[in-house]
Amino acid sequence: MNPDLTSILGNFYVLTLIKLALVAFVLLTALAYLQWIERKVIAHIQLRVGPTRVGPHGLLQPLADTIKLLTKEDLVPAHVNKFFYVLAPMMAVFFALSAIAVIPFGPKINIFGIETYMQLSDLNIGLLYLLALSGMGVYGIALAGWSSNNKYSLIGGLRSSAQMISYELPLALAIASPLLLAGSLSLREIAESQAGFMLGFIPRWSIFQMPAPQILAFVLFMIAGFAETNRVPFDLPEAENELVAGFHTEYSSMKFASFFMAEYANMVTLCSVATLLFLGGWYPLVPAPVDGFIPPLLLWAGGAMLIFHGLQPARKWDKYTMPAFGAVFLLAGFAFLIPFLQPVLVPLFWFVSKVGILLFLFIWVRATLPRFRYDQLMRFAWAFMFPVSVVHLFATALLVALLK
Amino acid sequence: MSEQTSVDEQAALPLEEQSNGKRRTMTLNMGPQHPSTHGVLRVVVDLDGEVIRHAAADIGYLHTGIEKQCEVRTWQQVVPLTDRVDYLANLSNNLAYCLAVEKLLGMEIPRRAQWMRVMLTELTRINSHLVWLGTHALDIGAMTMFFYCFRERENILRLFEMFSGQRMMTSYFRIGGLALEAPRGWQHAVGKFIRAFPDSIEQYENLLNANPIWMERTKGIAHMTLDDMLNLGVTGPMIRAAGLAWDIRKDEPYSAYSEFDFQVPTRTESDVYARFQVRMDELRESTKIVIQALEGMPEGEFQAEAPGIVLPEREAMKTQMEAMIYHFKIISEGFRVPPGEAYVAVESPRGELGYYVVSDGATNPYRVFMRTPSFGNLIALGPMLQDKLIADSIAALGSMDFVLGDTDR
Repeated sequence: MNPDLTSILGNFYVLTLIKLALVAFVLLTALAYLQWIERKVIAHIQLRVGPTRVGPHGLLQPLADTIKLLTKEDLVPAHVNKFFYVLAPMMAVFFALSAIAVIPFGPKINIFGIETYMQLSDLNIGLLYLLALSGMGVYGIALAGWSSNNKYSLIGGLRSSAQMISYELPLALAIASPLLLAGSLSLREIAESQAGFMLGFIPRWSIFQMPAPQILAFVLFMIAGFAETNRVPFDLPEAENELVAGFHTEYSSMKFASFFMAEYANMVTLCSVATLLFLGGWYPLVPAPVDGFIPPLLLWAGGAMLIFHGLQPARKWDKYTMPAFGAVFLLAGFAFLIPFLQPVLVPLFWFVSKVGILLFLFIWVRATLPRFRYDQLMRFAWAFMFPVSVVHLFATALLVALLK
Repeated sequence: MSEQTSVDEQAALPLEEQSNGKRRTMTLNMGPQHPSTHGVLRVVVDLDGEVIRHAAADIGYLHTGIEKQCEVRTWQQVVPLTDRVDYLANLSNNLAYCLAVEKLLGMEIPRRAQWMRVMLTELTRINSHLVWLGTHALDIGAMTMFFYCFRERENILRLFEMFSGQRMMTSYFRIGGLALEAPRGWQHAVGKFIRAFPDSIEQYENLLNANPIWMERTKGIAHMTLDDMLNLGVTGPMIRAAGLAWDIRKDEPYSAYSEFDFQVPTRTESDVYARFQVRMDELRESTKIVIQALEGMPEGEFQAEAPGIVLPEREAMKTQMEAMIYHFKIISEGFRVPPGEAYVAVESPRGELGYYVVSDGATNPYRVFMRTPSFGNLIALGPMLQDKLIADSIAALGSMDFVLGDTDR
């Protein structure tokens, strides 16, 4: 490796810019495909097939949607408060995307002779930063609802402000108890505190970690998270059966897409934080050296299954597309065996699969549960979530103080 | 009509005057384009925050003048119009109209045709209740239910298509019997569907009954006392959910209902959940009736022996002079019905569906008036929503199971 290049790449600003470009690209693609996955999964739960027209298995659907939304006429209705109407989607998407900056995706890696963290910025108050941003996220929705000058939007915006502020409390309290175990506010350090295994096989993830397993905090965090991201069963701000489209009734084109993107980005952030705080971040479920073999085995199994389906095509194009995807899976499996890539890919695999399982939970719940009523939702937050999380925090604090 | 003007006038007033000096409310027009008003219903609600202080239904957006159109059609040509009244329970409408005209004509309908009519109207009830369940659950947010219900509904529509050639606007009942003999293999097709159906009901109940959010959203919501309902003319599952076992199939049996064994499910809570339970039980009772009809279907003619009213067979029309004349007369001029008036009510999936038919002895009706259950039931909306939340209005609307075509005619 050319020493000049190494020193240029090693420069903090250059390195951060490269990482920024990489994270932004991967994240935005992931957001688009998360929507594709959601449509597919919900479709299959509902006895449908989901998008199939654009590309094999509708894989190019997100691209088509993006082009459509970008080229649609950007309407600004005459009766809106223009400044806030334009500002609101920007705020929503800005706060949602900037939260990703502090999320670590993996451990310290050494690539091309440069040591760096798989994280854009390791703030020592990362968690507080996240909470602050999620608090600011309310503004996007509340302003959108208010500035649209539409009664449905107004009710949606009001519901959203009340809901997000109420659930902020149990969310913050649920976050606080794993903090006590880790003793740091930096997400990286919290994740690193969960490395290793107890008794040789139980991972030291917060939800298992002695002396105070955080399973309850995890459940509380996820419930509050559903409310925080306005997803079913807490999707009251945009309850289409009551409020038409809620706070984004008057929005079209890219402004509408911004709200959509913000919602999905919030989901990804939330699931990443849940993984880092409770599920051991990028640390594997099983001890070394088995942990490194699981990803290729899983990918190979998936690839074999796809090729097997390709041999008995259910639809016309399956006989070409299925083996092609299968081959990609097989090759990806081999990538995990390359020693040079292994330290990067294996932690990334564990992190991504944990986040993926949590995201699947979001989608699954959306297809299954009815919606809460406004007052029931508030009662649930203040009469159940809040006291339980306070008691849980005190119990954890006690256990940590006595036993650690 | 006075209700409508007052609603419009009120919506036009400035906020302060609307509230008569009390707390200021926000008037929200839900509909006519709104995802949960099931068609083109407009509900004008005065909101104090999320609480509804006053709600009034504004109907008439789907008024198609069917009652007036009936007066310029021959007696037989009215049947397809009745399909369009309540498009989810078309056969119930066919039946009520045919029964009313047959009453005027004093006709005897063969037993087989009567049993067929019972079986098909019960399938219609299942069909209608499935659409209700799917959309009701969808309104409350459980969107997957919608697809599960429509999976079974699709099977019923296929059965209808098999019988009549049409999925929705079947017009299968004729004055004097049925339009066609049942198709070959109908026992197998109906049997296959109806024997598998109880499992589907089970599945729906598993998805909703065990769901705490569903219970929270439906229990104790949109309560109304039995007396209020009786005063407003509410009928059907809504009144049975309030504790009154009023079912025209039992109390004033028509067609062959007196020969069938079925229960009239009732509840006493009179809330959205009770209505849900009543309709779920009705699905089971209808299944029972269809199975009985399937197993005990009598042999015989599918049309009454009434030359001049019932169309002759195609073969007879081509070979016999008299049959040809009758055919020509029925097709060109229609048949005459003796002067008089008749009112027949049937139990449609939504409640009491009555057809009041007046004849002046001509080949077309003098007047056809429909007493539709959706209209009667929708009146209860205003009082039901008083001081409830917006979200409850959606649950209440769903629990009423109205069809706007039925309301506006």
